[in-house]
Amino acid sequence: MKILVAVKRVIDYNVQVRVKDDGTGVVTDNVKMSTNPPDDNAIEEAVKIKEAGKAKEVIAITIGDDKAQETVRKALAVGADKGIHVKVDGIVEPLAVSKILKKIVEKENPDLVFMGKQAIDDDCNQTGQMLAAILNWPQATFASKIEVKEKSLEVTREIDEGLETIEVNIPAIVTCDLRLNEPRYASLPNIMKAKKKPLEQINASDLGVDTKARIEQIKVEEPPKRKAGIKVASVSELVQKLKNEAKVI
Amino acid sequence: MSVLLIAEHNNKDLRPFTFNAVTAASKINEDLHVLVLGNKSDSVAKAASEIPLVKKVIHVDNEIFDNFTAENYTSTILKHVDNYSHIVCSANTFGKNLMPRVAALLDTSQVSDIVNVISEDTFLRPIYAGNAFATVKSTDKKKCVTIRPTSFDPAPSTGGSAEITKSEPGDKFESSKFVKREEIKSDRPELGTARVVISGGRGMQNSDNFKLITAIADKLNAAIGASRAAVDAGYITNDHQVGQTGKVVVPDLYIAVGISGAIQHLAGMKESKVIVAINKDGEAPIFSVADYGLEADLFEALPQFLEELNKLNSIQK
Repeated sequence: MKILVAVKRVIDYNVQVRVKDDGTGVVTDNVKMSTNPPDDNAIEEAVKIKEAGKAKEVIAITIGDDKAQETVRKALAVGADKGIHVKVDGIVEPLAVSKILKKIVEKENPDLVFMGKQAIDDDCNQTGQMLAAILNWPQATFASKIEVKEKSLEVTREIDEGLETIEVNIPAIVTCDLRLNEPRYASLPNIMKAKKKPLEQINASDLGVDTKARIEQIKVEEPPKRKAGIKVASVSELVQKLKNEAKVI
Repeated sequence: MSVLLIAEHNNKDLRPFTFNAVTAASKINEDLHVLVLGNKSDSVAKAASEIPLVKKVIHVDNEIFDNFTAENYTSTILKHVDNYSHIVCSANTFGKNLMPRVAALLDTSQVSDIVNVISEDTFLRPIYAGNAFATVKSTDKKKCVTIRPTSFDPAPSTGGSAEITKSEPGDKFESSKFVKREEIKSDRPELGTARVVISGGRGMQNSDNFKLITAIADKLNAAIGASRAAVDAGYITNDHQVGQTGKVVVPDLYIAVGISGAIQHLAGMKESKVIVAINKDGEAPIFSVADYGLEADLFEALPQFLEELNKLNSIQK
C-alpha cells in the first residue's frame, strides 16, 4: 500500500498574526513558518502505518513556492520515503490544490491520501473533501482514530455531537484531526539522511491545472478590538460586577 | 437568483444552527428554498416549511440519508442545484464535511465560514484563527457558501407555510459505510447556542475537578466548554472543545477557568459579549481579552464563586 500525504507551509501556530497596513493581507516577512499542525499528524499516521507493516511507501507532497520544500524535507526527516514539490507562486485556492493533487494521484496511484483537516492560515477546511469528490473516492474527515483493515479503513471522526465511526473502502481520503496522534520530532541524523531522499520538482503549469483565483480578496482587516477589561480583586467583586454592571447573571 | 439551504437535522427535528443559517441565507437573497434530505423525516420538512423566511421546501426521503453521509447527500444535492445561484449550509462539522464535496463537483471555489453577507457575491470571513478578517468576492457563477452560525441570530421558527415538494434521491455511494455514532447526551444548553458558557483548561488538573465547573454551570444554566489542552489531557470529551479547530461560541457570558488563552482558544470565544478569566498566572494572555479578570487559584475561587451565586436573590436563566 502506498500513502500520499499533503503538507502545507503556514505561519507558525504560535505567531501572533498581524495585518498589513495596506489591507492586502497579513505580514509574512521575517515571520516563523512551519508545517500546518494537523498535516504533521497526517504524516505521523502514515509513517506509523508503514512501520506497522501495512504500507510500503509514504510520499509527502507540498504545493507552493520554493520555500514550501521545507515542509517536505521535514516530512522526509520523520519517515516519508519520497517527496514531491509542485511549484506555484501566490495563493492557490483549495479547489486548485485538489485538482493538482488529483494529477499527482493519477501519476503515483496511492491507495490512501492523508492531509490535515484544515490549514490554520486560510481556515478553509475544503481540500480533502474536494479531492475526494473529484476522484469519486470516499472521505473520512476530522479523523481522530484510524484502523487499517484489509480493503478498508475504520475511521473515528470528531463531530459536533461527539464521535462518529465510519468504514471507507480503499482508495480513500482521510483528513486528520490534531487528536489523531502525537507527531514525533525529527532527529538530527534523520534530518541529515532526509537530504539524500528523492524530492521531485514539478511546475504546476506543466500539470495543466488552472490555478487562477476564483475568489477575489478585496481587503484584509484587523478584527475589532475588545475594550480593555479590568482586574477584580475578589470573587465577590466579580459577582457584583457581573450582576450590576454587565447584567449578565 | 435563488438560494438553496441544506438543512441539518436528526430525521426528527431541525438542528438549531439551521435557523441561524436561514437568517444568513435570506440576507443573500430572499428567495430562499430549503432542501431536506432524510429518512422518515416528514416532521423535519414540516418544521422547515414553518420558518417564515423560507419560500419553498424540497424534501427527499430515502434510507440512504439515514446517517447524513456527505457522499449520499452530494449526489442528490447536485440533482437539485440547477435553478440556484447559491448553495449554503452551516459551517459546523456537518457543513464542513459536506459543502466542499458539492463545490468541487460544481467546479466552484467555496467561501467558508462567513460571518457577514456584504452583497450577493461578497462576504466577510475570519482567517488566521480570527486574527484577521477578509472581505472576499466570489467570481464563480454558482456559489457555495458555509455560514458561521453563531454570527447570525436564529430565524423565527413558526408562522410560515411554505410549499413542500417531494423529490427523488441521486445515486447511492457504495464505498462508505456508517458504523456508529457516540453522541454525548446532556440536559444542559448546547455549547453553540448557550447564553452562558463556563470552560475549563489545563489548570483544572484532572477530570474530577471539572465538578467545580459543573456546579457553577448548574447554577447559571450554562454549557460547559474546554480548551484543547483539557480535551487532549482527557479531562473532558471532545464535543466540549472551544477554539479554532473546535466550536466557536458567542455567549452573553463566557467564563474561562484555568485557561491560559492560546491563540487557538481565543479564536473560539473572543467574540463573546462578556468574558471572565480566572487564572492564577496574572500574565496569561486570556486576561488581554477578558472584561473581568480575577487573578486567583481556581480551587479557591470556584467554591467562593458558587457561594456568592447562592447568595443572589435571582439569577437570569
